[in-house]
Amino acid sequence: MKAPLTLVIVLAGSWILLSGHWSFFLLSLGIASVVITVLCGIRLKIVDTESVPVHLLPGLIRYTPWLIGQIIQSSLHVARRVLSPKLPISPTIIHIDTQQTDALNSVSYANSITLTPGTISLDVGKDQIEVHALTRESAENLKSGLMAKKVRKMEGVR
Amino acid sequence: MSTAIDILGGALLIIGAFFVLIGATGLLRLPDILTRIHGASITDTLGAGAILLGLAITAGWSLLTGKLLALLILMALLNPSASHALARAAVHGIRKPWLEKEES
Repeated sequence: MKAPLTLVIVLAGSWILLSGHWSFFLLSLGIASVVITVLCGIRLKIVDTESVPVHLLPGLIRYTPWLIGQIIQSSLHVARRVLSPKLPISPTIIHIDTQQTDALNSVSYANSITLTPGTISLDVGKDQIEVHALTRESAENLKSGLMAKKVRKMEGVR
Repeated sequence: MSTAIDILGGALLIIGAFFVLIGATGLLRLPDILTRIHGASITDTLGAGAILLGLAITAGWSLLTGKLLALLILMALLNPSASHALARAAVHGIRKPWLEKEES
């Protein structure tokens, strides 16, 4: 029951944000479209914890600042490599254990890897992710498993 | 007070532009498609992030700020998916990735 309600709040919020109209007629149109969308979603059985992962929100608030810090750090690392005249890169492909419990966690982890410059997830398997790294340092950094641990913590898994 | 906000916003815009420039440099200098994705990813995380944040600060508090922040969240969700699709297609398609020579 929590997921449909959250979806209503998110949809109504984005409707108001994007339209900015407060007249009665337009607001009623907005409410009607939100209700119809949610009802269609429920009928299609796609409104669940996977499509509306509301249980992740508290963890996400703690995880996002750390990820932003990580992005800035690795951006500077890649920028230094790109700008240096000798172009000291060492592209590598490594396989790392996802160490996550379900599909949603694995996807969050793979997306975090891709979002930080210097590493891209190439293929996500059941318990391994294939990662392409620009330098050996970024690969080592990922192998230490700190990010996997942080993602696991975000999902509320010990 | 408003000057301080203008300076902060302007500084963020300049930082963002600088990182977009680095991303473009990387795109030109790096050898193959996978490494070029790394170079370009600076553009759409730190570059675009700093520019959008700078715009949100200079525009002042209005509905526009919310829209810019929504754009930031949307980019954080969409970019990894697009990069992943591109890299996956490149590796599982025809291209052989340019890798470092093994030393051992």
